[in-house]
Amino acid sequence: MLLDWGYVAIFALVGAGMVTLPLLIIWLISPRSDYPQKFETYESGVPTIGQAWSQFHVRYYLFSLVFVVFDVEIIYLYPWAVVARSLGTLAFWEMLVFLVILVLGLAYAWRRGALEWT
Amino acid sequence: MDWLWDVLRALVGTIIIFSAVAFIAVMFGVLLERKISAWMQSRLGPKHVGPQGLLQTVADTIKLLQKENIVPNRADRLIFASAVVVVPLAALLDYVVIPFGVTRSGPLIFRDLNIGVLYFAATSSLVVIGILMAGWGSNNKYALLGGLRSAAQMVTYEIPIGLALVTVALMAGSLSTVTIVNGQARLWYIVAQPVAFLIFLIAAIAEVNRVPFDLVEAESELVAGYFSEYSGMRFALFQLGEYGEMFAMAAMAVTLFLGGWRGPVLPPVLWFVIKLYALIFVFMWVRWTYPRFRIDQMLNFSWKILIPVSVLNLVVTAFFVVVAHR
Amino acid sequence: MTGEAIVFYLLAAVTLGAGVVVVTSGNIVHSAAALVPAFLGVTGLYILLNAEFVAGIQVLIYAGAITVLILFAIMLTEGGTGLGGRQRNEQAAVGAAVAAAMAALLIVVAVRTGWPAGSGTLPPYTPGAIGQSFLGQNILVFEGTSIVLLVSLMGAIMIARRED
Repeated sequence: MLLDWGYVAIFALVGAGMVTLPLLIIWLISPRSDYPQKFETYESGVPTIGQAWSQFHVRYYLFSLVFVVFDVEIIYLYPWAVVARSLGTLAFWEMLVFLVILVLGLAYAWRRGALEWT
Repeated sequence: MDWLWDVLRALVGTIIIFSAVAFIAVMFGVLLERKISAWMQSRLGPKHVGPQGLLQTVADTIKLLQKENIVPNRADRLIFASAVVVVPLAALLDYVVIPFGVTRSGPLIFRDLNIGVLYFAATSSLVVIGILMAGWGSNNKYALLGGLRSAAQMVTYEIPIGLALVTVALMAGSLSTVTIVNGQARLWYIVAQPVAFLIFLIAAIAEVNRVPFDLVEAESELVAGYFSEYSGMRFALFQLGEYGEMFAMAAMAVTLFLGGWRGPVLPPVLWFVIKLYALIFVFMWVRWTYPRFRIDQMLNFSWKILIPVSVLNLVVTAFFVVVAHR
Repeated sequence: MTGEAIVFYLLAAVTLGAGVVVVTSGNIVHSAAALVPAFLGVTGLYILLNAEFVAGIQVLIYAGAITVLILFAIMLTEGGTGLGGRQRNEQAAVGAAVAAAMAALLIVVAVRTGWPAGSGTLPPYTPGAIGQSFLGQNILVFEGTSIVLLVSLMGAIMIARRED
């Protein structure tokens, strides 16, 4: 099994190298511009006002919170899916309880308007 | 010297997969997209470079290589530069677990991991980080808005993808992609799981930010979204990431639902490629047919339709597989 | 030194190096981004322990989801994210002393504990084995998890939606 992941590690490392290669090439061969306007932030040709880095709405955070909860839920489903067939009916009911509790969570988020983009 | 042999095999495999994705998937994919969109709109599309315009994207790549190397003054240089590596690398890591075909000595796959589909979900979730880094690092209002929207969209549609993966894993009783393909020897899972297939396909389109879910790079309001500030080869690398991810999603859909390499008469690899390009055609067909969603519609669609339906589908599947089957 | 040990020290170096960036960087988004290599280093350590399922979770949940959550949380704070923030205040000396004491304590405990050597083979942490234990002896923990998730979701929504 470690061998598997050794392969994956080589894939990731060599891949990172291959993706970086074009960046090295352009660093070597691409022409340099000394025209200061080219290095301005591109906002439709209008001079930039202020920073883009400003405060954002809380709704992005809310959505990612609900997402994390469901992502964790799905993680629990993977091992169950692998063994459910061999464990039989009991596994089905156990998972149903788990899912129902989480669907309650989704329903609550829905009711409270956490899923509205307002 | 066994380990040296393994290292060599891994190296060769990596180089083959990266080149294949760059040339066959991305370069040819972009050309295909332009040709298909032209065909759907009664135009000709690229026609001058090479026979029937076949070398158009090659010429484009050479052009992009010679472009000026521009990093905006106000950008955060470190984050700006590393985002370009993260996005394509995360997309290409998906290909480790995709079985392309079968030979006499075993399935043609980079590595058949025990946690195959979970690995796929994990690596494709890394793309979000790259996109957020690109959007924030550019210090451009359009780019940051695009990056945030994109992240919200991609995480939202990761849930239905995950649920579809679990449903298939339940059918096959394994997370390994090769076992999943072998489980479809008698019947492709698309027949037993049409709902999961549709959910996966829709969520995959959203996951790769294509029309009708392309509001993250909506040209009319956000210039090009999170990669507005990226030009030249950096732009090409984002294209590599985007098309690489699209082909990975399609290849995964083939593996999970369309029987992978399985098919009569023709060699397995050819079957895989045929099914892959059929799905890619569907992606492009959708792109040139539908208008764009609004962001609230897009999020509602996932949370209020796709996720409840996929949970229900999972429960029904579980009932048939686990309870009724015995 | 075996190959495994070399890999372990490499991964530990990546994790710790990224961790140092997280706590020292003046820019809070750099700190958040540096969490990704730290999480990936930990993923490698899990793989060395033959726990590949846990490794998959580490990437999916921590590197892929928690980092996004943290970035969104940073972006909703007032005052913008791009400005260099101070990582230290007047209490730096006190903090360092407490951290050093804590580290010393942990090291002493770790060194003094007689770690009993196992039978030599690691238990198989395959998805199947984990599923067996979830649905078998640990069923209460498993169902309890869903309640914990439900409560955390409700709590988060209550706090975030308080103003309206």
